[in-house]
Amino acid sequence: MVSTNTEFAYNTKIEGDVVVTRADAVINWIRSNSVWPMPMGLACCAIELMATAASRFDIARFGAEVFRFSPRQADCMIVAGTVTYKMAPHLRRIYDQMAAPKWVIAMGACASSGGMYRSYATLQGVDRIVPVDVYVSGCPPRPEALLDALIKLQTKMRDERSAKRLMSA
Amino acid sequence: MTASVDVAAVIKQSFPQLVERPSGDHPAFSAPASDILTVLSFLRNSQGYDLLTDLTAIDNGEDTTPRFTVVYHVFSTTGHTYLRLAADCRDDRKPSIASVTSLWPGADWHEREVFDMFGITFDGHPDMRRILMWEGYPYHPLRKEFPLAGIETPLPDIEVSEETGTKVLPAPMAGGPFVTSSGEINMAKAEPRAKDESWNEKKEKPL
Repeated sequence: MVSTNTEFAYNTKIEGDVVVTRADAVINWIRSNSVWPMPMGLACCAIELMATAASRFDIARFGAEVFRFSPRQADCMIVAGTVTYKMAPHLRRIYDQMAAPKWVIAMGACASSGGMYRSYATLQGVDRIVPVDVYVSGCPPRPEALLDALIKLQTKMRDERSAKRLMSA
Repeated sequence: MTASVDVAAVIKQSFPQLVERPSGDHPAFSAPASDILTVLSFLRNSQGYDLLTDLTAIDNGEDTTPRFTVVYHVFSTTGHTYLRLAADCRDDRKPSIASVTSLWPGADWHEREVFDMFGITFDGHPDMRRILMWEGYPYHPLRKEFPLAGIETPLPDIEVSEETGTKVLPAPMAGGPFVTSSGEINMAKAEPRAKDESWNEKKEKPL
């Protein structure tokens, strides 16, 4: 088909003020680019988490700079540090208080598997009490690793059947 | 009040019932449990040992009598000398000793930790609760019979326990405990993960 239109970008003069897309694409685009993290800083990983949020690594480049210390306002819990059995129920309750949809990043060896803490006091992986979306290796992980995890999570979010879930909710 | 130059001699003279302990560094004495408050207040008030730097305990083993020993480290901020004092607890089943919170309010949390880890109760303590493990935890983890991996118990929160179906489970020791010896040259073999056989790429992580 031969067309005289050489513009590939959207042009309101030709097509009007209408954009056609899929609901999933729009919802996921909005969600994935405005992740509000819940910082669950429990050990040294929290220092790297802070570094990730600060100017040098700048998590704002990925739209996730709005760290919320209230679970009601957050949608991605970043478990940064060693989860003891004493802390585990509180972590689960904070997770329960977060509004759906919600995601969890297990940051570092301790949150992912208990790490070097093979002892009576440490939960052997935060996935035993909350569903984890992305695991980050490292002890502690570098900020780049956490940013990579966030990008991975965004990729995962963009594949979700959000519209269907919203309708059935 | 300054610390005496030869505190060991002063102690021997004032408290003949105290026995000298073998020590590699500072003067150390064993005291009867009933005398511990008297000796410590003497050291604090008239020998210048005004700072309690540490308060801990030893489990001498299940079959040993006396089983539990409480250890005090005191420091003189004027004389710059340390002194160690040890006292065996009265009962092996329900060990107890006098609290020194009346002398050093800072002993409060030390004694709570010793209670939490060893189950030694301190008479006269203002708030004898656990400090590290949660309220209702049935064991005292630093006792000799307690395994490092832990013992199966319910989670501190019953609701969360029911919701998640998770319990406090013994940690996989996988050939551990993970103490790497500095003498071992081959780090690939000395590293904890080299001994880990409970789960790997081929074998799934036990839930």
